[in-house]
Amino acid sequence: MSKSSLKQTLKDLDTKKISIRELNQDYLKRIKENKNLNVFIHFSEENVLKQIDNLENDNSAKKLKGIPIAIKDLFCTKSMPTTAASKILENFNPTYESFVTQKLLDEGSIFVGKTNLDEFAMGSATNTSFFGNTINPLSKENEPLAPGGSSGGSAAAVAADLCLGATGTDTGGSIRQPASFCGVVGIKPTYGLCSRWGIAAFASSLDQAGIFSHNVEDASILLQSIAGFDQRDSTSAKVDIPNYFENLDDDLNGKTVGIPKEYSIDGTPMEISQIWEDAIKVLEKKGVKIKNISLPHTKYALPTYYIIAPAEASSNLARYDGVKYGFRSDEIDSLDEMYENTRAQGFGREVKRRILIGTYVLSAGYYDAYYLKAQKVRKLIADDFNRAFNECDFIVTPTAPSAAFPLNEKQNDPIKMYLNDVFTVPASLAGLPGISIPFGKDKNNLPLGIQILGKHFDEQQVFNAAVSLERSYE
Amino acid sequence: MKINKNTINKIARLSRIKLDDKESEDYIKDLNSILDWVEQLNEVNTENVEPLSNISSSILPKREDVSNDTNSSEEILENAPDKLEGFFAVPKVVE
Repeated sequence: MSKSSLKQTLKDLDTKKISIRELNQDYLKRIKENKNLNVFIHFSEENVLKQIDNLENDNSAKKLKGIPIAIKDLFCTKSMPTTAASKILENFNPTYESFVTQKLLDEGSIFVGKTNLDEFAMGSATNTSFFGNTINPLSKENEPLAPGGSSGGSAAAVAADLCLGATGTDTGGSIRQPASFCGVVGIKPTYGLCSRWGIAAFASSLDQAGIFSHNVEDASILLQSIAGFDQRDSTSAKVDIPNYFENLDDDLNGKTVGIPKEYSIDGTPMEISQIWEDAIKVLEKKGVKIKNISLPHTKYALPTYYIIAPAEASSNLARYDGVKYGFRSDEIDSLDEMYENTRAQGFGREVKRRILIGTYVLSAGYYDAYYLKAQKVRKLIADDFNRAFNECDFIVTPTAPSAAFPLNEKQNDPIKMYLNDVFTVPASLAGLPGISIPFGKDKNNLPLGIQILGKHFDEQQVFNAAVSLERSYE
Repeated sequence: MKINKNTINKIARLSRIKLDDKESEDYIKDLNSILDWVEQLNEVNTENVEPLSNISSSILPKREDVSNDTNSSEEILENAPDKLEGFFAVPKVVE
């Protein structure tokens, strides 16, 4: 078990073993000691102290009262600026609160700061941020490692124990992959479980909010807090949200796990295949039936994703025009000049690359060949999973094809960088819930992750399998 | 090569992003390699397959068709780089 847990802290607060102030001052101290990691884009001690004051004068019972939470800087917050790690939103102060952060505020949690990410969540190493790289807290001296991405700041915040939980967003793996790199738990729920209201949009048919935490129990508590229907998001689902934590059950006897053969990919390091086998053996010992399944269109998931996501991004990011909010260039001789210079100067290289490719695949004459084709392949990928779930209750795979890599290692070749998401993207395209939990280490003692996927809105099964694996590993 | 100097200029113009020559060169290279890579989707037979645009398996409820007022113009204008008498201000469009 990690050094801190939300579950234990809630008990300690309840029994007055520790006060909200003492708890948060402990976290403030650690945040200040770890500034070199560049975890936060926005951190204000004064703001945190103000929140503590307010809570001390609040006598109502709240589920997460006084719990320090870090927020990915893609969620709009009224009390703190919101940048999406982009120059174009450098000085943006939202006048409204995102659905997810409002839920956390309603439960009485304390926001310790806004965490770093890849610009507009586009990346896998938190190295496309306008505000610089985040350093993986597990790095050795003089050998800085990437925390993964795009939610690298949130994963690092949990790993360095700068909060008891953090929000993230996952479009193609942006929660699960950094969780794996930083040795923490990260869950992306079913598409539609958490409202996207107030989250800066990247690819709307894929974006989903989720949670980072020290362990599976904590993730189950926090996910319940941020889930729920919201009419301001037209794809928000009206489903009952169970009490995941109360219902946690690590007895998997009689369940069936699917092991997709297509996830054995040439060139995957031995260590990754090894932890995958280890996880399967653990499950077998627990009375889980092992079922070899096939997801035949797996290899097409990445190219499908890299058409659909940039296409939607090119449309979503059209709103940053220097008129309504954010940065505006000084070179504005005409309206068109203003748009073109604002966007040229306001967006970073990877964001521009994706806007350009997205614009191309949506443009006249190419729409059918690229975008429509990708949407059709997406259907086949989703159908693969539907068929597979007729034969199994959940699916287990590795989370990422490597452990954390050195900062900037993969920056120059976009396709090589995109391959980081090879195990996470298919479930994103199918809208399925997925969790990554730490499971085993590589030869350099860096954590590796196991991914568990479930049926739509079957987060409970995902949590149950995860907690079972976690408890057997400790 | 799918993307040449003309295409990149056209896409940049559609995207309203000004590119200098060095950037154009880089993006021509990047975009061509990405497009070559996604080409593999042509191996997949998608005859009679419906395109998937919304993955949600839940029934998406319709909201009631009633008006509401959740924003004030003051709030909307709060972050504007330039504003004038309750409007967004932009460089002059009419000569």
